[in-house]
Amino acid sequence: MADHTVPLLELRGITKRFPGVLANDDVHLDVLPGEIHALLGENGAGKSTLMKVLYGLYRPDAGEVLLSGEPSGIATPADAIDAGVAMIHQHFMLVPTLTVAENVALGLADNGMLLDTTAVAGRIRELSARYGLHVDPSAYVWQLAVGERQRVEIVKALYRDCRLLVLDEPTAVLTPLEVDELFVTLRTMAADGVGLIFISHKLDEVLALSDRITVMRDGRVTGETTPGQTSKGELADMMVGRAVQLAPDRPAADVGEVRLAVDGLRVMGDRGLESVTGCTIEVRAGEVVGIAGVSGNGQRELAEAVAGLRQPTGGTVAIDGTDVTGQHPSRVRAAGLAYVPEERMRDGVVGEFTVAENLILVDHDRDPYCRRGLLRLGAIADACRDLVARFTVKTPSLETTTSNLSGGNIQKLILARELSGEPRVLVAAQPTRGVDIGAAEYIHRRLIDERSSGTAVLVISEDLDEVLALSDRVAVMFAGRIVEVMDVADATVERLGLLMAGTGVEEVGAA
Amino acid sequence: MGDFFTVASLVFVVGSGIRLATPFLLAGLGEAIGQRSGVLNLGVDGVMLLGAFGAYWTIYETQSPVLGVFVGLGVGLVMGVVYAVITVGLKAEQGISGIGIFLFGLGISDLLFQKQVGTPFPIRGFGDWHVPLLSDIPKVGEMFFQHSVLVYVAFALVPAVAFLLNRTTFGLNVRAVGENPAAADSLGVSVARVRTTTILMANTLAGLAGAVLSIELGIFQQNLTNGQGFIAIALVYFGAWRPVGVMGGALLFGLVSATVLQWKTLGLVSGAASSLTAMAPAVLTILALVVISRTVGQPAALTRPFERGH
Ligand SMILES: Nc1ncnc2c1ncn2[C@@H]1O[C@H](COP(=O)(O)OP(=O)(O)O)[C@@H](O)[C@H]1O
Ligand SMILES: [Mg+2]
Repeated sequence: MADHTVPLLELRGITKRFPGVLANDDVHLDVLPGEIHALLGENGAGKSTLMKVLYGLYRPDAGEVLLSGEPSGIATPADAIDAGVAMIHQHFMLVPTLTVAENVALGLADNGMLLDTTAVAGRIRELSARYGLHVDPSAYVWQLAVGERQRVEIVKALYRDCRLLVLDEPTAVLTPLEVDELFVTLRTMAADGVGLIFISHKLDEVLALSDRITVMRDGRVTGETTPGQTSKGELADMMVGRAVQLAPDRPAADVGEVRLAVDGLRVMGDRGLESVTGCTIEVRAGEVVGIAGVSGNGQRELAEAVAGLRQPTGGTVAIDGTDVTGQHPSRVRAAGLAYVPEERMRDGVVGEFTVAENLILVDHDRDPYCRRGLLRLGAIADACRDLVARFTVKTPSLETTTSNLSGGNIQKLILARELSGEPRVLVAAQPTRGVDIGAAEYIHRRLIDERSSGTAVLVISEDLDEVLALSDRVAVMFAGRIVEVMDVADATVERLGLLMAGTGVEEVGAA
Repeated sequence: MGDFFTVASLVFVVGSGIRLATPFLLAGLGEAIGQRSGVLNLGVDGVMLLGAFGAYWTIYETQSPVLGVFVGLGVGLVMGVVYAVITVGLKAEQGISGIGIFLFGLGISDLLFQKQVGTPFPIRGFGDWHVPLLSDIPKVGEMFFQHSVLVYVAFALVPAVAFLLNRTTFGLNVRAVGENPAAADSLGVSVARVRTTTILMANTLAGLAGAVLSIELGIFQQNLTNGQGFIAIALVYFGAWRPVGVMGGALLFGLVSATVLQWKTLGLVSGAASSLTAMAPAVLTILALVVISRTVGQPAALTRPFERGH
């Protein structure tokens, strides 16, 4: 018990400013040996920044970092590793063209002149056996699925004998099954005396895993509590600063005719392999169909093929009865499709354009925005002001450069543009990924409104809670096809999790 | 008018093809090391010119080819320091910086040549070293084992560089820094140190490539390289960033050049046709590049300066 009184890590009054943003404002946090300490907060709350300060990636403007009661002296990542601090970044820090063993060996202090990956591979096998982390040391990282990549990151940390491990949103990319496995590993590590900082914005996970919870909002700590003393609602309030409705109200569906019909669709992925392998799904007017699945099972290619951004190699897509298979995006849109893309910054907006320019991106060549080839700036400004107000896009002005807005506001902007054309079908891919709870709440409400007004809505999401909250029917996509479609009333996280992991329908019945 | 397809003619083409390939090979190996760490150096040609002039002038003054080689290496090293300061230290845009280095080398080498030497006065080189026993094999010996010592050095560097990149800790760092510098940094690998080292190696080899060029030709003149440094860069893409691939490209280029030379000597081509065939090596490279560059990915962080936290 004695060493439990000295915190493994103590952050005292950390303040970190970026131009125009106070990312961390006098933040205090401590972690005991063997403790799992959750750091909960919205996107932009300053969690990653705080951890990067700890890891020596940023220098704080004020405050100090203590390890076991001593000033940590960490100024670079190399210092952090020497001090026994390891970090699994929100965006994995792996080199795809190297093998697992090479990724683990990279930067090790006891590397000689010559590379000895066999010794490293041996130790990796030991660690994976001890902690139940299945990794093949000789596989190339680019060949691995996201879940496996994360196991490589954990092995990297274990290999370096860390006593403090930071995991920045580790579950964002995992299936429910993988999340459970991860938790087992993390508990084993904690039992070995490692202190863990677990960053998340998912309330259930934080409550299930942690010993203690610190909540951050706008760079400040807004509360410290334990799972026993708090509830989901209270945590959400601390996170957002007001009462939040976690799941949108869903009035009974009034389902009409088939609006989107995808039949036997086949699409190639970027690596030249077939990513969508005969996908069939229908969405009718007035319903939301949600596609659940682990990323990389063809969802992105499916959405892009429906939107005309990727040429299918087989099958058909029909919108409102019109065959639009392989048509130019403008034809698909003319048939009534609105599209909220997964890669918001790449496919959804032109980052360097102003808010107004992005709002008229689709219809800029049509009345009322344009007559005789000339843009009508007055009409554009009026329409954009109206859209920004109706969709509560928080922007300093219509002339603000779009990339300066937060993820949530950019997503609202895209939604405003897409819904302004009164679509027949709306396809929304990962509509709230990287979006804060407040904006997500709004976006969910908007999607439900759209469905209730008679649009056929297809939501593709890796976030199971989101799929369950929005959908009238839930489809699971695995290995490029829809493996099952069910009524949302019949969909449970366990059942979906098994299907997402590729477990056959029969086994689900047996389970 | 002679016949191209005689044994003697083919032996000559292979022998001189290997010789002509040497500067490309040296410069290309250096550029490959640099690019594997994410650094594009478009200044190769300028560094080669400076190395070529440095070696030429040294030998002109001292009659010592060995000293000339060392000056070529030294000039390359100094240019490496300059390029490292610009691109790693000041994090300047690599494309423009490289073109600056090229123009600098092109101008300064000519200026110094005009002021210090003036007329192209021939210098002495190394002479051919006949590998014991092997060089006595008929034909084969003549093609492969009767070359200047610099040629053997260049080809010996191919497995050496491959070993460095694939089997050493430094090589692992280089490959990681070229693909994902943030990952390497997060594990305590100094991106700046790795890139500075590869830049020094790349430029030293470019200086040597220039020295080989002027020593083998025995002269210097304005723009002696005639774009060979740029071809060497193309050969790195051609060789898919692998030393053996670069060697393949350099040999192909050398052999085609030697063939064209031989045609000219034999009077098989003349006038306009001769100018056209002179373009053959370049056209061939471009065609090969179009085919190959589609299938192989370049180092993901190529040309991207690294700054922690961005
Ligand atoms: N390198 C940076 N430069 C400028 N601003 C940044 C940088 N990193 C983060 N920020 C800003 O700091 C705030 C906190 O960001 P971050 O720590 O990433 O939040 P979280 O991880 O909680 O989502 C945000 O407003 C973000 O825009
Ligand atoms: Mg973050």
